[in-house]
Amino acid sequence: MEEDVETRKISSSFLRDHSYATEADIISTVEFNHTGELLATGDKGGRVVIFQREQESKNQPHRRGEYNVYSTFQSHEPEFDYLKSLEIEEKINKIRWLPQQNAAYFLLSTNDKTVKLWKDEDGEWRMGSRCLRAPTMVEPVSPLCRVLVRVRWGSGTCPWVLTLCLSSQVPVLRPMDLMVEATPRRVFANAHTYHINSISVNSDYETYMSADDLRINLWNFEITNQSFNIVDIKPANMEELTEVITAAEFHPHHCNTFVYSSSKGTIRLCDMRTSALCDRHAKFFEEPEDPSNRSFFSEIISSISDVKFSHSGRYIMTRDYLTVKVWDLNMENRPIETYQVHDYLRSKLCSLYENDCIFDKFECVWNGSDSVIMTGSYNNFFRMFDRNTKRDVTLEASRENSKPRAILKPRKVCVGGKRRKDEISVDSLDFSKKILHTAWHPAENIIAVAATNNLYIFQDKVN
Amino acid sequence: MGEEEGLHQTQLLDTMFVRGLKRKCFDGEEDIEGTLAGIKAIPSYNLQRQSLLDMSLVKLQLCHMLVEPNLCRSVLIANTVRQIQEEMTQDGTWQMINTQSTGQASLDRLVSTDILCRSSREQAEGKHVPGYSTFDKDFEGDQAQDNSETMSTASSVQTPRNLQSNVWEMENAQENKGNFQKSLDQIFETLENKSPNSVEDLFSEVDNSYYDLDTMLTGMMSNTKMGHCDGLETFASPTSTASNSNCKSDLNELDHIVEILVES
Repeated sequence: MEEDVETRKISSSFLRDHSYATEADIISTVEFNHTGELLATGDKGGRVVIFQREQESKNQPHRRGEYNVYSTFQSHEPEFDYLKSLEIEEKINKIRWLPQQNAAYFLLSTNDKTVKLWKDEDGEWRMGSRCLRAPTMVEPVSPLCRVLVRVRWGSGTCPWVLTLCLSSQVPVLRPMDLMVEATPRRVFANAHTYHINSISVNSDYETYMSADDLRINLWNFEITNQSFNIVDIKPANMEELTEVITAAEFHPHHCNTFVYSSSKGTIRLCDMRTSALCDRHAKFFEEPEDPSNRSFFSEIISSISDVKFSHSGRYIMTRDYLTVKVWDLNMENRPIETYQVHDYLRSKLCSLYENDCIFDKFECVWNGSDSVIMTGSYNNFFRMFDRNTKRDVTLEASRENSKPRAILKPRKVCVGGKRRKDEISVDSLDFSKKILHTAWHPAENIIAVAATNNLYIFQDKVN
Repeated sequence: MGEEEGLHQTQLLDTMFVRGLKRKCFDGEEDIEGTLAGIKAIPSYNLQRQSLLDMSLVKLQLCHMLVEPNLCRSVLIANTVRQIQEEMTQDGTWQMINTQSTGQASLDRLVSTDILCRSSREQAEGKHVPGYSTFDKDFEGDQAQDNSETMSTASSVQTPRNLQSNVWEMENAQENKGNFQKSLDQIFETLENKSPNSVEDLFSEVDNSYYDLDTMLTGMMSNTKMGHCDGLETFASPTSTASNSNCKSDLNELDHIVEILVES
């Protein structure tokens, strides 16, 4: 396309200042599909926006493989539970892609209570079909801001390039000849009393699981009115409740194996072949507590917010409030690697408890080769850890720092004493700007970072 | 209480609370740099622990105002309360609380909770409070300065305002105070009358007391999130933090914008 697209000014009609983010635009989940061609985001308003990677063209090599909006649809609506007199949020908690079959894309999206299976077919939008309706068609929105930056990582040249920055998740709708209300292909409802926190597609591609605070259910994609309960940790007396499920995932290769993490910092690996109800774990991962660090907040910061298998299936990674840990499946008594994400917050725990930040649930991701792990932090910072070289970097996702062709420097937080010029002190961190959701392309060094209502896509720039 | 225990308490102080930076709470071991407030009143470990307990109890209550309380968060807070309670039972201080009359004692507890919540700006104004750090000044940014000023003009025994939910700050100060006393009394009443395992009852309290909260806080009928937030629009602390402020006031605005887009 034209050169001026790259330096085009941000359209002010869609621009939303960071400070006045519309709550509904806050991105709540980000996920690449299995080939990396598509990137899905879900937001608090129940919408799903799917980006598609452009085909590389020889004419414009610097625009290699950038992501543009492909489609968007309203996945969940707010509901009202009349029995409890409570509202059910439409916020999309998780999106998981199914492996591509034929020309169709399938994804699962879930809010607190209901999982939905969506299908859209490439280039073919079905309108008014009886059994299948396509998501609402939208005009692809050109990226409002496109900049190229290079990031220096450590002393080497592992440069990262910001290729896409959307300032708002609001898509442009244009009236269709036939306005079709999007309906999902399958709706898996009424199976969860508590809030769904995870969904995971099984490697058999026939089943998937959904996990809430106290139970995990197994579903078959073809059957929407029935699910099998495979984990139930609800005590007979709710007053005895001290632990909840925080995340769950299937093993990438073994369709009978899955893990789930708890609010007490433990991970359980279960084998579905042993019994119908997997209350007895096959493996139990827990690191003994460090007595020197013990405080009233110890349990809260040990609560695991995310658990992810490595692509190889040999390791699991867990994220708690201050650290990321890598565990070997064969060793249950402690992790093999521990990475400090923002240890400078350890002395601020009381304040973070008071303002509820201590309950923030950060996610973590592996890169395609399992050599680098990434997670978010505050002040729009996110961190990457190279497992082989043991180097780490802190980067910032912010429009202020993204000038065209600028070199983005790694950021550093100053803990105490003298603050250097480019460092930021702990007290200056903005705790309302948190990066909870990130995603890594399955094969290439492309990452998607959600910063409140903005989505950043970084690409490494190979010269 | 031997020396060993004293050391143990100091360690806990260090790990529990902020230390070392100016206008932060004093940990008894390092030099205080700066403020008078830090030197003037050194909060005892017991007071700090009590404040943490109060804060936790309030959080448990507040999370019932929200539409669908986050179970994980509630469980973690309840576990924290249980921990504190167990330690206090071992210390013997738990008995002390039981014997205090609810009237005056509640006020004292309110003060100590309030201390934790006051912004460091108010502390700098020379109020006789321990120099707690609250982080409000830092992360709420300039927009929150107005909030601090509002708070500082209220009566000296204030209810904890900049706790979790923004909706608190809309209420009249006096009304809040009365309601808070009543609610904390209710909670402590529950705790007093039961056995050491009474914290579990918080959950049963929690499940049933939803409608009590409605009477407790007038106008807080939190059946819809949107209902509140109409009034909050002018107030809005845009960069406010992790508060689960379920403010969907802008959703109407968004609908409006989308409507315009579709029509054009």
